[in-house]
Amino acid sequence: MLTATDTPVPDRPLAPPPASRGPAGRTRRRPDRTHPMWFMAPAFAILLVFFFLPTAFNFVYAFTDWSGFKSAIRPVGFDNFADLASSGTLFSALRVTVVYAVLVAVFQNLFGLGLALLLERDTWLNRTLRVFFLIPVLMSALAVGYIFQALLKPEGSLNQLLSEIFRHDVDHAWLGDTHWTIVVVALVHAWKWMGLSMLIYLAGLKTIPEEIMEASRIDGASRWHAFRRLRFPLLAPAITFNVATALLGSMNGFDIVQATTGGGPARTTEILNIFIYRTFGQGLFAQATTMSLVLFLLVSLMAFPVIRILRKREEIL
Amino acid sequence: MTPRSPARRHASSVTGSVARDTSFPTRLQPFAATALALVTIGIPLWLVVATAGKSRGEALIPNLTPPTHWHLLENLGEVWSQGEVPAAFFGSLLVVVPAVVGVLILGSMASWILARRATRLNAVLYALAISGIILPPAVITVVLLLRQLGLAGSAVGMIGVYMGIYMSTVIFFVTGFVRTIPTSLEEAAQIDGAGPVRVFFHVVLPLLRPVLATATILVCLYVWNDVFYAFFVVGGRLDTLPLNLFRVAGAGLYLNNWHLIFAYVILMSLPLVVVFAVAQRKIISGITSGAVK
Repeated sequence: MLTATDTPVPDRPLAPPPASRGPAGRTRRRPDRTHPMWFMAPAFAILLVFFFLPTAFNFVYAFTDWSGFKSAIRPVGFDNFADLASSGTLFSALRVTVVYAVLVAVFQNLFGLGLALLLERDTWLNRTLRVFFLIPVLMSALAVGYIFQALLKPEGSLNQLLSEIFRHDVDHAWLGDTHWTIVVVALVHAWKWMGLSMLIYLAGLKTIPEEIMEASRIDGASRWHAFRRLRFPLLAPAITFNVATALLGSMNGFDIVQATTGGGPARTTEILNIFIYRTFGQGLFAQATTMSLVLFLLVSLMAFPVIRILRKREEIL
Repeated sequence: MTPRSPARRHASSVTGSVARDTSFPTRLQPFAATALALVTIGIPLWLVVATAGKSRGEALIPNLTPPTHWHLLENLGEVWSQGEVPAAFFGSLLVVVPAVVGVLILGSMASWILARRATRLNAVLYALAISGIILPPAVITVVLLLRQLGLAGSAVGMIGVYMGIYMSTVIFFVTGFVRTIPTSLEEAAQIDGAGPVRVFFHVVLPLLRPVLATATILVCLYVWNDVFYAFFVVGGRLDTLPLNLFRVAGAGLYLNNWHLIFAYVILMSLPLVVVFAVAQRKIISGITSGAVK
C-alpha cells in the first residue's frame, strides 16, 4: 500500500515505440479511444461529493457557531479552538488519542508478528488456527467491545479465572481504572485486529527467499540470529503497512472504546471520535466539527512522517 | 560445523520442507499454538455462545460456566422477533449491497485508466484518490452536506458516504493489480473493434476477479460492521444491524439481558463468518498479496 502511496510509478510506457506504429496502429492505440478519461469520472465524482467536499466543509464550519439550537450560522473565528483549548478538552482528547493509537500499534504488531512466527509452517493445524485467529477480525468491533465489557467486569470471567488460579478473590475493575484502562482497551483493540496483522506478516515471511535462509543455516546461524539479522529486516514492507494502518486506523477508532468504557472513567479513554459523538449528540455541531478537523490534521500530520520514517528504514536495507 | 545446541541441530537438519524437524521448539509448537488459540480466542467466543445459551436469570452475570439447559435457539428466536432484527437486517442489506457493488465497479473503472495511462495528471489523481485510505472522513460536515442535497437520513446518502470512504481502498488494490496484468488481451479485443466499455466489462473486469474478491471482503467487513458513520448519517431513520445492536445494548431495553445481547452478536456475525468460511483460502491469499508489494 505504501509503496504506491509514495511513488505512483508509471511502470508501463503507454505509447509503443513510434517505429512499430503503422497507420492502423495509430488510431487503435490512441489512449483517448482505448482508455477514455471519462471512465474515471463517476469514481471521482463520488470522491469529490462524499469525501473531499465534506473535508473542505470542515475547514469552514469549524470557524462558525453552527449548533442545533438556532438556525443562523455565523463565523466566529478561532473561538471554538480557544474554548476547547481553555477547557483542557482539546489537549486531553489529543493526548488520549495519540497514546491509544501508539499502544494499539505496538500491541497489534507484537501479537500479529508473534502469531505469524508461531503459525508460520504450512501444516494442517496451523492453517486451521490461522482461520481461528481471524474470527475476531470478522466480528463487529461493537460486538467485540460488549464481549470484553462482560469479560472484564469486576465480577466477570477474567477475575473469576484469576481468582481460581491465584486462590484468592480478585475483583479488579479492569475498565474502571483512570490510569490503566486505556491500556486494557488498546489491548482489546489489538486483540480484534491481530489476525489481520498476522496475515500480512505471514505474507511478508513468505517473500523471503529460501536461498537466504539456506545460506544462513549453512553458515551455522542460530534461529534467533537468523530472525534478528535476516528475517526481521526483510519484513520491513509488512511492518510499514501494519504499523501505519494500526496507528492511523486506531486514531479514527470509535466502536471498541464506546462499547467498553464509553470514554470513561473520568474521560481518560475519551478519544477524539468519542468526543465528536458526544458533542454531536448535545447539538454542539461546531465543536464536533472542530474536533473532526483536529482529527484530520492530527492524522495528516502523523501520516507523512510515520510513512517517511518507515520507508527510510526499508531503503537502508 | 558440529551441532552444539538444539537450535543448531535444527538449523542443519532441515533442508527444504522435506526433512523431518525434531527440535524441541518445533515439537512443542502444535501444543503451544493450540493452547494459545484456546485461551485468547476460545474463552471470549465461549463466553458469547454459553451466555447466549442461558436463561435470563443465569445470564445476569455472564460467566464461563455452561448453561444448565441450552436456550440458544429460543434466545436467537426472541432476538429475531423482538429486537427488530429482520428490519435491521434488511436495512443493512439495502445499504451494504449497492455500496459494495457500486464502489467496486466505479473504482475498477477508474483504476483501469489510472493504471494504463501513466500521465503526470493521473499520478496526481491517483495520489488524491488513495489519500482516503489514511485520512479520516469528515463525519459531521457530511451530514450537513447530505441535508443540503436532500439526502439526509436516506439509504442513498448512506450508500454515497460509504462509497466515498472506501473508494480509496478499492482504487488502491485494483490499480496495483491492473498494473500486473499484461495488456495483450485488451489489445486483441480492441483490434477486433471493441470499444472501451466492451473491453472493460468483457475483458478487464473478469480478469480482476481475484482482487475484486479481496476488495469485496475488506469493504464488506467495514461496511457491514460500521456503526460510527451510520449513527451520524442514518441514525434514527434507517436501522442497520450494528446500529440496532448499539441502540438496544446501549439503552435500557437489553440492560442486564446479556443472553440477548450475545444472541444478537451471534446473529450479526454469522453472515460474514459463513462467507469467509466458504471463500477462506482465496480471501487470505488476496489480502496478503495486495498489502506486501
